[in-house]
Amino acid sequence: MNTAFETYETAWCPGCGNFGILNALKDALNELGLKPHQVVIASGIGQAAKIPHYINVNGFNGLHGRALPPATAINIVNKDLKVIIDSGDGDTYGEGGNHFIHAIRRNANIAHFVHDNQIYGLTKGQASPTTAKGQKTSLQFDGVILDPVKPIKLALTMGAGFVARSFSGNYEHLKKMMKEAIMYDGYALLDIFQPCVTFNRVNTFKWYNDRVYELPNDYDYTDLDNAFKVADEWGDRIPIGIIYKVEKPMYIDNISFLKDGPPLVDAKYDPIMAEKYLDDFR
Amino acid sequence: MDYNVLIGGAAGQGIDTLSHIFGKTLKRCGLYVFSMKDYMSRVRGGHNFIQVRFSDKPLYSHDEKFDAIIALDSDTINLHAKSLKAGGKLILDRSLSDNDAYMSFDFKEIAKECGNPRVAGTAAVGVLLKLFDIPLDISHTVLNDEFKGDVLNANLKAIDTGYNMVKQVFNVPLEKKDDNIYISGNEAIALGAIAAGVKFYCGYPMTPSTSVMTYIAKKSRDAGIVVEQVEDEISAINMALGASYAGVRAMTGSSGGGFALMVEGISLAGIAEIPIVITEVQRPGPATGFPTRTEQGDLRFIIHSGHGEFPKMVISLRSPEDAFYQTARAFNIADKYQIPVILVSDQYLADSGVTVKPFDFTKIRIERHISGDEALENGVYKRYKLTESGISPRIIPGKVEGATVLIDSDEHDELGHITESQDMRVMMVNKRMKKLKLLKEEIQEPLFMGTENPDILITCWGSMYGPVKEAVDMLLKDGMSVGALSFGDIWPFPTKLIKKYGKFAKMIIDVEQNATAQLDSLMRENALIKADEHILKYDGRMMSSKYIYDRISEISKASSLY
Repeated sequence: MNTAFETYETAWCPGCGNFGILNALKDALNELGLKPHQVVIASGIGQAAKIPHYINVNGFNGLHGRALPPATAINIVNKDLKVIIDSGDGDTYGEGGNHFIHAIRRNANIAHFVHDNQIYGLTKGQASPTTAKGQKTSLQFDGVILDPVKPIKLALTMGAGFVARSFSGNYEHLKKMMKEAIMYDGYALLDIFQPCVTFNRVNTFKWYNDRVYELPNDYDYTDLDNAFKVADEWGDRIPIGIIYKVEKPMYIDNISFLKDGPPLVDAKYDPIMAEKYLDDFR
Repeated sequence: MDYNVLIGGAAGQGIDTLSHIFGKTLKRCGLYVFSMKDYMSRVRGGHNFIQVRFSDKPLYSHDEKFDAIIALDSDTINLHAKSLKAGGKLILDRSLSDNDAYMSFDFKEIAKECGNPRVAGTAAVGVLLKLFDIPLDISHTVLNDEFKGDVLNANLKAIDTGYNMVKQVFNVPLEKKDDNIYISGNEAIALGAIAAGVKFYCGYPMTPSTSVMTYIAKKSRDAGIVVEQVEDEISAINMALGASYAGVRAMTGSSGGGFALMVEGISLAGIAEIPIVITEVQRPGPATGFPTRTEQGDLRFIIHSGHGEFPKMVISLRSPEDAFYQTARAFNIADKYQIPVILVSDQYLADSGVTVKPFDFTKIRIERHISGDEALENGVYKRYKLTESGISPRIIPGKVEGATVLIDSDEHDELGHITESQDMRVMMVNKRMKKLKLLKEEIQEPLFMGTENPDILITCWGSMYGPVKEAVDMLLKDGMSVGALSFGDIWPFPTKLIKKYGKFAKMIIDVEQNATAQLDSLMRENALIKADEHILKYDGRMMSSKYIYDRISEISKASSLY
């Protein structure tokens, strides 16, 4: 019987930034008083996407880049489930980029945790959409020539209601951000810096530790202009915390029978109910 | 009695509405109707036409010659006047031609007098109704359903004016009471899905599949269905799979190009064992191809869709009636075997309006095959439990306290966890393929029509059923020993009847709307039966029963059979 969240042995490299994320996730879920059968983690493919195998939750470990569409549907079909996505930067901003844009528009109730290590781990060290320009990789031998995706700014531009950043090396902060994202009503993006100890020699624990700082308590995260400024901060100092948060109607709020009725999964099946539609053809 | 009428004009001239009014009026008079759409991939201009065939007996396909034509543009005259039967009437606006052989009227003037320049075509339909002596008041009931307010009044005036300008020409006995419905293939799929309890439909618009989604969307609020237009077909299949995993009946659909984008998701449904129903309404490819035309070119692509080896079922649809019942059946099969089931249609079936008996909703059974806590062993749920049948008990996430459901696109163990074990791999492949064996017992053999053990055996699949059925009837009248096998279920491939009839037949003629005779290749591969002759057409226009009749007559004469 699954009554509390626990973690299992993983296939990650020793020292991987994913461990911090898995621990914070387990503790966040337990502290929120949730039960394993009430939570679904959807994921794509990549080291981060293996998380449904390492913690006792419902899991939809689908295709590369495709965590968002099933996660959206799971929320629509059963609003009583807590839907979380754990996937990487390649999965979310590369292969799944189109879904990312449109998931924000849909605003289903999903906490989206992006394990952003700025590199491809599972395929051994190629550039990811967030790898810094100029960085040499196992494929971009002369350095990356493309500008990186800016996930925070992109999410803000698309109108996301909850945009936050954290760091897997800061357990307390990360756990807090995860809880905030899970409890937020709507689509919540949490971009998590996650050092890849094997393939990214630039963005190490030290690199992040030297740069990240927590947004001050008096930071007004409801101010979009502020949020855009903070989103642009990159270099010697990189802010973490809730960058933007406002209330917005969720997907199911726009469909009255979903909003006011029981979850779709509890709907009854009765073919005779549809017989009246024959009148359209008489 | 068997009449055929064509209404032609440019896109935007209301051809669709006019033919609908005419067709539905005929249906409400107790007649049988078969209408077929021929349209271009454009919003304005070009040349579109709709054929409306009607009779006092059931109709299964279109015809090539016309008793009457309404020409709303000069292309209609240039392209179709030559297809008028002897004594046939061509109705047009005086501005289009001064040829005395045609019935010219001042429809534009009439429309102005009726207060709406857009009702010129309605006046022409009025003329048409009178030529066939169809009761005017029945057409009023149809207009009442279609329009409101001033637009309704203008249409009523126009149809009356047209009606009173001519005398009856054709004889249409109206003896039967109307107890039928008039429905297209796509609408029948949509209705079948709603009857089967689809709760989640997502898709991206693509001709000629879109009207499935449109009809479900129209009923979504009333029926409690979520319809989501997604960013692409990759999202469509993955979202539908998420909905199914979460516990409801889910569906998506597209035409060939969009279906091609779904293919990785079909493979996911295969390994993750998630039930899903997908409709593929074919149009001619490759790539963008012929967007608004018809073809049966995707059969083998659909059967082989998805990388890797896994069980799936493919059902081709013959007619609106078949589409309704098979769609509902598809959901039961998907749920029972936890597999993808793909329904195959095409533009011909999608857009054709046919009068059929009202569907019997009491025949629709809902068989969901969902388990509760009895599926747990010592409190643990194994999503991919190895069983005798290969089917593992399925529970819904969140519905059994203490149990979690893990599905995985990686090869996995019984719990759904990633595995690298060669033994587990073999066990899981065997488990999935066992379901294919069971599925083979579930498939329906093709429908046989014609003389028992015929000399000439015709083979066809999907929407070719209608034209072939009528062609067989014509050939039988000529005294030919002929029969046809019309395949509906097509994967796993049913082999019993093709083997039985194939053995006796002196000649097998395979009839398909494609260039490569894909059904014949399946017969050879699965039943070791080979067609002797082929009737293939791939110009985007469906072959008619007459076309098939003529070809088969030629082939049989050229052979030593007759």
